[in-house]
Amino acid sequence: MKSKLFGTATIAALATVAAGALPAMAQSPIKIGFVSTFSGPQAAIGEDMRRSVELAKEHLGGKMGGKPFEIVYEDDQFKPDVGKQKSEKLVQQDKVNFVAGYIWSNVLLASLKTVTDEGDTILISANAGPSQIAGDLCNKNFFSTSWQNDQTPMAMGEYLQSKGVKSLYLMAGNYAAGKDMLAGVKRTFKGQIIGEDLTKWPDQLDFSAELAKIRAAKPDGIFIFYPGAHGVQFLTQYAQAGLKGQIPLYQVFSIDAITLPLQKELALGTLGAQEWVNDLPNDANKKYVADFKKKHGVYPSYYGAQSYDAIMLIASAAEALKGDVSNKDKVRAEMKKANFKSVRGDFKYNTNQFPIQNFYIQEAVKDPEGMMTVKTIATAMKDAKDPFYEKCPMK
Amino acid sequence: MDYLLLQMLNGVQLGLLMFLLAAGLTLTFGIMDLVNLAHGSLYMMGAYIAWTTISWTDSFVMGALLALPIIFVLGLVVEAVVARRLYARNHLDQVLATFGLILFFNELVRVIWGPAGKSIAVPAFLNRTVEILPGVPYPAYRFAIIVVGAAVAILLAWLVARTRIGMLIRAGASNRRMIGALGVNIELLFSLVFGLGAVFAGLAGLMAAPITSVKIGMGDDILILAFVIIVIGGIGSIKGAFIAAMVVGQIDIVGRAFLPDLLKTFLSASAASSAAPAISQVLVYIVMAGVLVWRPTGLFGQRT
Repeated sequence: MKSKLFGTATIAALATVAAGALPAMAQSPIKIGFVSTFSGPQAAIGEDMRRSVELAKEHLGGKMGGKPFEIVYEDDQFKPDVGKQKSEKLVQQDKVNFVAGYIWSNVLLASLKTVTDEGDTILISANAGPSQIAGDLCNKNFFSTSWQNDQTPMAMGEYLQSKGVKSLYLMAGNYAAGKDMLAGVKRTFKGQIIGEDLTKWPDQLDFSAELAKIRAAKPDGIFIFYPGAHGVQFLTQYAQAGLKGQIPLYQVFSIDAITLPLQKELALGTLGAQEWVNDLPNDANKKYVADFKKKHGVYPSYYGAQSYDAIMLIASAAEALKGDVSNKDKVRAEMKKANFKSVRGDFKYNTNQFPIQNFYIQEAVKDPEGMMTVKTIATAMKDAKDPFYEKCPMK
Repeated sequence: MDYLLLQMLNGVQLGLLMFLLAAGLTLTFGIMDLVNLAHGSLYMMGAYIAWTTISWTDSFVMGALLALPIIFVLGLVVEAVVARRLYARNHLDQVLATFGLILFFNELVRVIWGPAGKSIAVPAFLNRTVEILPGVPYPAYRFAIIVVGAAVAILLAWLVARTRIGMLIRAGASNRRMIGALGVNIELLFSLVFGLGAVFAGLAGLMAAPITSVKIGMGDDILILAFVIIVIGGIGSIKGAFIAAMVVGQIDIVGRAFLPDLLKTFLSASAASSAAPAISQVLVYIVMAGVLVWRPTGLFGQRT
């Protein structure tokens, strides 16, 4: 009994010493958790993000503010429940300083509180931008290096409005982002909405019934939101149904560097909206795109660009604080300045910590080497703020 | 009218695919009394194996024809190694073991083909539309699925109704012990039925692949629907499976194509567009519950 008590005391003493020693170990690296989809048909998106994060690490020389940093990747398997578990693991077990990534709005919504509230860790969304987080659910620990979901379709809607398109048929996956996307296009497109379908997400990859409805409805154009593998299937079936060449297709997040190698010529000429395009003429972007292409032989996508920015945003705060990211208030204050060279060009943060930025119209084309890519053809919105920031209690 | 026809064809196409999957499931359940959760894995393996054989032969048709015997052999192996040991066990053991098979196959695919999934292109000669009526185009590939699915259904109907094997299958479905007692080589029959079920599931998987995509766990989602079909149709009944598959196919299309407009007649447009997908997803289960209240053993169930 005595020896057991003694043992407990020793452990307690050791633990105290260890805890006291922790701040002194200044060389412990900055840890960043990165949650994305690395398996299943959407794994190509996660891979593009990982490549961009690794490229950012390379460009930073593996250091932020003089301190080494490491990335812990976790696979959300495209499922909200798994995403939440993995986020929990990153915060509680790995004790990361930041959690970044998140392709899917439903995965992000499931994981948000675990990271920002229970874990008091800063989360940087490198893609998903659900309306809830821009408005009521906005959080001091949440930053976005992408956009709010409504914005990109708003840019597309505005462009279609200006081009005199009279009627649209809308389609999207039936989940948080899909609903935001359709709400977004309806904010700016004032013509007639002939029909609207939210399809079962992510199970439904067969769009035969909806395409038959579109044929019967005869709209001026079809607007879709089908990211990744779903976009590939939609475009193929749209062509198979004989609608290509009859009813033009407009898209957000459905034709990009990841899907184009599979969509190939079917995508040619299709317009879309985006906050970042690989040909934006700023130096940071030129370096990012050129190095990415040199390394992997393909173009990066906006998923990658936003992930690259997420790492650069963290680095900018760490630089300003000379590598000491222990004081969260200081870190948040530095991040809010967005004092780094974003590949989309400079942007400012709004009160809800979403970027105030431009949106461009892009067209799917072939580059001089015959590789499918997208190029900027117009600026649809300048310094755009998302429609929800006024609902956010943060000022 | 054209629109109605198009949507009905879509329902038939989906129903036939589902029938191919459900046929094997209802036979193994009805004859061997085996709850085979791994039937969806055979559907997935069909798609992956076809992806490999298609990339070898560079031809969709050749690849598919080559894949089917491989899947048959795979079915025989699964039957001999795992399923055979489960026939005498209770359903809970079977569920556990075949669930283990699902995990095994999902990991196997991850090891062999990688985590990212594959895509099979629609064969070039079917990558166009056919005019089913003047001025009503329909994707040729989907039309081909209907043709192949219908041919297989007819073949199966002939096999079950007109041949000696079919007689044994029907006998097995209504009284398993008795045909064993009559001296029929029941092990061979079971192997054959399992292998045949695997081929149908694999065929469904490889035909669905160009429309959906080839991915890990692709069979798990669709398996639930296949179970619904065999429950509606009556366990062990091929005829029941066929009719139930057709019904489920049409219900799915009705839910997707007509329900939103129907709801809009008495709901606001936004309420209708958010309620319709939710209702159409549960519609099949409502129908199943209705059928079970009316006929507890399904439409063509043998046992009481």
